[in-house]
Amino acid sequence: MTTRAARPYLAAFRARFQLVLQYRAAALAGFATQLWWGAIRILVFAAFYGVNAAAAPIGLTDVVTYVWLGQALLALQPWLADPEVGQAVRSGGVGYDRLRPLDAYGYWYVRTVGWMLARALPRAVLMVLAAAIVLPLVGLDDWAWRPPSGVTAALLFIPAFILMTMLAAAVLMLANIIVAASLNERGVNAVLAPLVIVFSGSLLPLDFYPDAWRPFLHVQPLAGLVDIPFRIYFADLTGNAALRGLALQAGWTLVLIALGRFAMERMMRRLEMQGG
Amino acid sequence: MNALALYGRYIITSLRAQAQYPTATLMLTAGHCAATSIEILCVFALFHRFGSVGGWSFGEAALFYALVNIMFSLADLLSRGFEVFGTDFVRTGAFDRVLLRPRAAALQLAGYEVRLSRLGRLIQASIVLVFATNLVPITWDARAVAIALWAVAGGIGLFMGIMVLQATLAFWTVDSLEIMNVLSYGGVQAAQYPLNIYAAWFRRVLTFGLPLACVAYYPVLAILRRPDPLGAPDWLLPLAPIAGFAFLALSFVVWRTGMARYASTGS
Amino acid sequence: MPQILVEALAKTYRVAERAPGLTGAMLGLVRRRWREVHALADVSFSLEAGELLAFIGPNGAGKSTTVKILSGILRPSSGRVEVDGLVPYEDRVRHVARIGVVFGQRSQLWWDLPVIDGFDLLADIYRVEPERYRRRRDELVAMLRLEPLLDQPVRQLSLGQRMRAEFAAALLHDPAILFLDEPTIGLDAPSKLAVRDFVRRLNREQGVTVLLTTHDMHDVEALAERVIVIGQGRLLTDGPFESLRASVLAERRLHIDFAGAAPELGIPGVTVRARSERSLELAFDPTKIPTPKLIADITARHAVDDIHVDEPAIEEVIARFYDLHDAGEA
Repeated sequence: MTTRAARPYLAAFRARFQLVLQYRAAALAGFATQLWWGAIRILVFAAFYGVNAAAAPIGLTDVVTYVWLGQALLALQPWLADPEVGQAVRSGGVGYDRLRPLDAYGYWYVRTVGWMLARALPRAVLMVLAAAIVLPLVGLDDWAWRPPSGVTAALLFIPAFILMTMLAAAVLMLANIIVAASLNERGVNAVLAPLVIVFSGSLLPLDFYPDAWRPFLHVQPLAGLVDIPFRIYFADLTGNAALRGLALQAGWTLVLIALGRFAMERMMRRLEMQGG
Repeated sequence: MNALALYGRYIITSLRAQAQYPTATLMLTAGHCAATSIEILCVFALFHRFGSVGGWSFGEAALFYALVNIMFSLADLLSRGFEVFGTDFVRTGAFDRVLLRPRAAALQLAGYEVRLSRLGRLIQASIVLVFATNLVPITWDARAVAIALWAVAGGIGLFMGIMVLQATLAFWTVDSLEIMNVLSYGGVQAAQYPLNIYAAWFRRVLTFGLPLACVAYYPVLAILRRPDPLGAPDWLLPLAPIAGFAFLALSFVVWRTGMARYASTGS
Repeated sequence: MPQILVEALAKTYRVAERAPGLTGAMLGLVRRRWREVHALADVSFSLEAGELLAFIGPNGAGKSTTVKILSGILRPSSGRVEVDGLVPYEDRVRHVARIGVVFGQRSQLWWDLPVIDGFDLLADIYRVEPERYRRRRDELVAMLRLEPLLDQPVRQLSLGQRMRAEFAAALLHDPAILFLDEPTIGLDAPSKLAVRDFVRRLNREQGVTVLLTTHDMHDVEALAERVIVIGQGRLLTDGPFESLRASVLAERRLHIDFAGAAPELGIPGVTVRARSERSLELAFDPTKIPTPKLIADITARHAVDDIHVDEPAIEEVIARFYDLHDAGEA
């Protein structure tokens, strides 16, 4: 894509990013919430590890890092449809989107990425500060967010992070389209949130669920949102296993984008027929 | 019409409004039931993998889970107006309308909306309660039922207090911020495990700061007729839920300072 | 003792400033600069029972702030307010039980409920005796022609219908004072007329004191004997509407259609505001050039088909007034 062609998409991304950044109080509040949530979850894990650490699939320090990483990047989880989409459909703003000489899916997609990153970025920075820097400084090393386990893990985490963002946006786009088509935002969110929280590994790393569930849990699309990238981060997935993880993320991202484009075209055609 | 009767009128009014969209209400209730069920999955997975913890089995933990979620769902049902106070009242200016009526603002907010869909959490928590009763030997005699009801009442007070605090914060921040979810949802999360598995400092927070242990842990010990492994005297266990009401009273004191601020900034 | 007394009222807000652009947005996360805004600075007036007063001024002039303080929602930074012997913001609950308020852009009815259910609930909220409530409700329903709307959910009403229902809702408890904030905003012409007619009747027949803010000069013209103009938080003038018009603009307009091509007149003190092939629009000050003299001068020299005099439109009067006081949109 040439710069000229990319311009409107970049502008859409930047505008959305800037707008969300304005909500300072929301960012601080979100951060405090996530800090506390992380703390509670670590306390619970610690209690169970204290009884029978041998039964755990990964070590306690890795679980702690997993929790902090998850809290820092919570806003990248696609568990709420973009509220602007519902508003745009209700207000008829979607009609304007069709008047723009742009690819509608691409336009919404970049806006969604902008929305997610803008909410995630300030919180992630604060979380690094609190969990990776302040905690070790006050002597709580054991409960701190550790840096990636080695250079390879760090390098592999970069594509894993990009893919997790792209995958999350693709999931969210599907949700957005369903919201736009059904106008039932609450209903979509009510279904989406638990699915994402459980199957991404947000609630628990996927290996904590009963062993019999593993074959399914490790190939479903949502694993690429949390479980795969995070395990790459602390080198629980290395070598071929890590590459397989990246491939799974990339594959599902492409599938979901294709699905989203298809659904969007159908929806737009329906909106045109209704003249809405 | 006195305050309580008016509150009743508000509730009926709200239910009638929702009755206009029966399908949507039912779907939302089902969705809410599913969405709030995932936590018990987490509790189950952890007990399944690690075995019992702190002398508690999964069945007993499920009892904590059920009670805490029942209190929270009822409080949630009754304090929607406080929960959405920032976005639906302060930001839109609708709070001015509330202030133009000759009734306590808190009463009008409490009666703002009773969302039936929030019964979803109540339903799943009740199902878990039935399971828990089958998994552990609980005798639901009059004493146990009375303690449970008393604990639920205290818990409703406590969680409503949290929502009042959340609403109070909106006087400063305008938006309804998720920070109070730390206390409400975070509290549910923390209180659905037995207190004695936590580190000492956190046990103190949950007893004296945000007295969730007083409405969940201690009364459940009393129901199970177990002594507190941490040494709280037996007579205290059934009395503890009163802390929930104290918390609610304190929240309303803070609420009043928020009201005073609103009157001087108007935003 | 006047019913509403306002003395040296002032209100100052603090607002956050933000630098533009992405850097500004980032900086705004860390620190913020504050600026003081004087929404009201030293406003005084009083109102007797039964008066009808219009508050006008550009956006941001302080109209809404004044109404909010008078209705007890907002506490002023300094100054004294008494309404019926009560300080509104000190004694909110008692005060609001005696007043009615209609905001043009906000609803006080329940969106999903039939109109009549909302009325019933309001009667409970305001503790209106059942017998009195029924009488008052029937009276208002008749005055506002609400009968066919009572069983409809509010969300199905048109804006004009809803506004009529809002008026009834604000008056069910029979308040002696009514505050109206932009009551005709967005309404179509017949609805505006209906609202004005209703407010006038309420004021004349039932003696309700009315304080109204508006942008619509026709509201003022139709309703108010007394007008307060406010700009940048200050009271610019307070007096009868006609004297406002006279003081601001003595100007008259003369429209002339000529039998032939419109001539060059060249009369001192008369300016040509508009010209077409066969007609002219002139502006002049009748205190300097009497109108009959000007007409006689022109008809003596030119063949004229038609001639008439009028005054500048009311919007123009007000716009000029703001210019005069340098009190445009704040």
